[in-house]
Amino acid sequence: MTKVENNKAWWLVMPVFLIVAFSAIIPLMTVVNYSVQDIFDPYTRYFVGTEWFKQVMTDSRLHDALIRQFIFSFTILAIEIPLGIGVALMMPTKGRGASLALILVAIPLLIPWNVVGTIWQIFGRADIGLFGAMMAKLGINYNYASEPMHAWLTVVLMDVWHWTPLVALLCYSGLRAIPEVYYQAARIDKASRWAVFRYIQLPKLTNVLIIGVLLRFMDSFMIYTEPFVLTGGGPGTSTTFLSQSLVQQAIGQFDLGPAAAFSLVYFLIILLVCWVFYTTIMNMQKDK
Amino acid sequence: MSLTLSNVSRVVDGETWIDDVNLTLEPGSFNVLLGRTLSGKTTLMRLMAGLDRPTQGQILMNGVDVTGVPVRERNISMVYQQFINYPNMTVYDNIASPLRLAKMTTQEIDKLVRETAEMLRIDSYLDRLPLQLSGGQQQRTAMARALVKDSQIILFDEPLVNLDYKLREELRQELRALFKARNCIAVYATTEPNEALALAGNTAVLHEGKLLQFGETAEVYHRPKDIITAEMFSEPPINVVPGRVSETEVTFDDTVHFQLNSDLRPLEPGDYRFGVRASHIGLVPHSDDDLELPVRVDLAEISGSETFLHVHNPHFDLVLHLSGVHEYHVDQQIKVYFPTHKLYAFNESGRLVHAPAGLGGR
Repeated sequence: MTKVENNKAWWLVMPVFLIVAFSAIIPLMTVVNYSVQDIFDPYTRYFVGTEWFKQVMTDSRLHDALIRQFIFSFTILAIEIPLGIGVALMMPTKGRGASLALILVAIPLLIPWNVVGTIWQIFGRADIGLFGAMMAKLGINYNYASEPMHAWLTVVLMDVWHWTPLVALLCYSGLRAIPEVYYQAARIDKASRWAVFRYIQLPKLTNVLIIGVLLRFMDSFMIYTEPFVLTGGGPGTSTTFLSQSLVQQAIGQFDLGPAAAFSLVYFLIILLVCWVFYTTIMNMQKDK
Repeated sequence: MSLTLSNVSRVVDGETWIDDVNLTLEPGSFNVLLGRTLSGKTTLMRLMAGLDRPTQGQILMNGVDVTGVPVRERNISMVYQQFINYPNMTVYDNIASPLRLAKMTTQEIDKLVRETAEMLRIDSYLDRLPLQLSGGQQQRTAMARALVKDSQIILFDEPLVNLDYKLREELRQELRALFKARNCIAVYATTEPNEALALAGNTAVLHEGKLLQFGETAEVYHRPKDIITAEMFSEPPINVVPGRVSETEVTFDDTVHFQLNSDLRPLEPGDYRFGVRASHIGLVPHSDDDLELPVRVDLAEISGSETFLHVHNPHFDLVLHLSGVHEYHVDQQIKVYFPTHKLYAFNESGRLVHAPAGLGGR
């Protein structure tokens, strides 16, 4: 039996190769390439090995940004997840109220990110912004452009406003998937509202919550546009998160090499944290 | 503890779901609600439980009006078609949950949980989570939860439909035995006439929200009040053939007639509708009185080791319920034997005027 030569098969796999190459492999390898070279201009470059990586690991500016990033992500998770569950529990389930609530809750998700930044920038201004003016009326000297704490508060508030609806919608769909008879059985058992939540709703929400936590973590860890528009990373560097330091380095200072090394480390951190999250939650489920 | 529904109706969005039901269930009785899907079984149960309020009428417990008393203040249990357990509690905790809410001591709870689990044969799975069990065991857990507390009423809403045939029979038998010793009211909804017969006790036949008949299961089966009840309470539905009774004979059509026998003699001459159960028509004569009927085959429906044979003659259709597997081809000409001693006669308004004797019942 002779081996059949059929090169047509290559044409069938070629599109996938091309797409993956252009969407993932080539960009990633370019970054890897940059990260090990010192680039002065397109024709002058030197191989520097792991020097940029060493620099990234010891750069205190980046360390600070990383710590800030973690604090930010955990803060918004700690607020958005319980709040989202709460909102989902309070949303009406039947009739016109249900669709109205869905639309109202979904509105923040439909707004482009830089617009969200602009909205909050104006919203928080003491002279013309509703929130800023209200704070001023209450006698609080609120100024997100000069007070680091206020800037933080505003960024967190903005993210909570923007993304809690996502958690709420996920939970809402999870809650709708619980058959009515469960609630009926709970009423017959004389179970309290808390018991219904703790023993029926929460267990049934676990799966959507895992997705919610992962999505919100990844997304908040990569946050760029909104704080960039709102505070520009300031005052000082108080709201400069990882992606913004990266952009400052790569475009502002044109330090392509260190920025590339930093990108790779950044990517690995996200991957690692997500993996840890996922495995922990999965193990917790298995133990139960 | 007796439960009385008095002129109970429930109207939802202009549609009548339960239509003027009067029913009294005695303490210690086992009651089957028989009816097709959408006949109002679940709605009636929800009313009995206090999950819904009747639009009209009263619900009395031991003569005390409890119509407005919410379910939380009543003492009932319910088992559903779906296997409803707390997903992240062990079987033990699931069974214990109603007792814990009733603030019993740990020793009392432990004793009751183990007794009930043993009764339902899930005592070796007490540490598992419901989802680690088979469907049958999950439903046993749900039943244990319902049985562990001393409820006045226990409602079963088609609890066995999601289980396989063998398991269903087994659990049905056990359930019946469990209730022999109890003094509570058991209500069991089912769509299957055979299940009602197997469970015995009392049967209430429901149809389109109306209570057609309530009484001892065998009595309702053997003496259905009217044609609809007879149709509801037989699987396949009882055959109904129009006929005329004269001084001397019964005529189905010009060609099919037989001498008026001793059974049917009391009937006044006139038009009737005759009912005959599918299992009473045979392929061979059982007695000399059986009427030979040439028919053509429409369909031989084989189900397990039984055959539902659909046939027709120029004037009416019949269904035969035969044991064993019988294969026929469409339009095949065969002879069937019609039992003239096993006929029900209904008058023109559909009321029962004659039931065959010697089939049990009164």
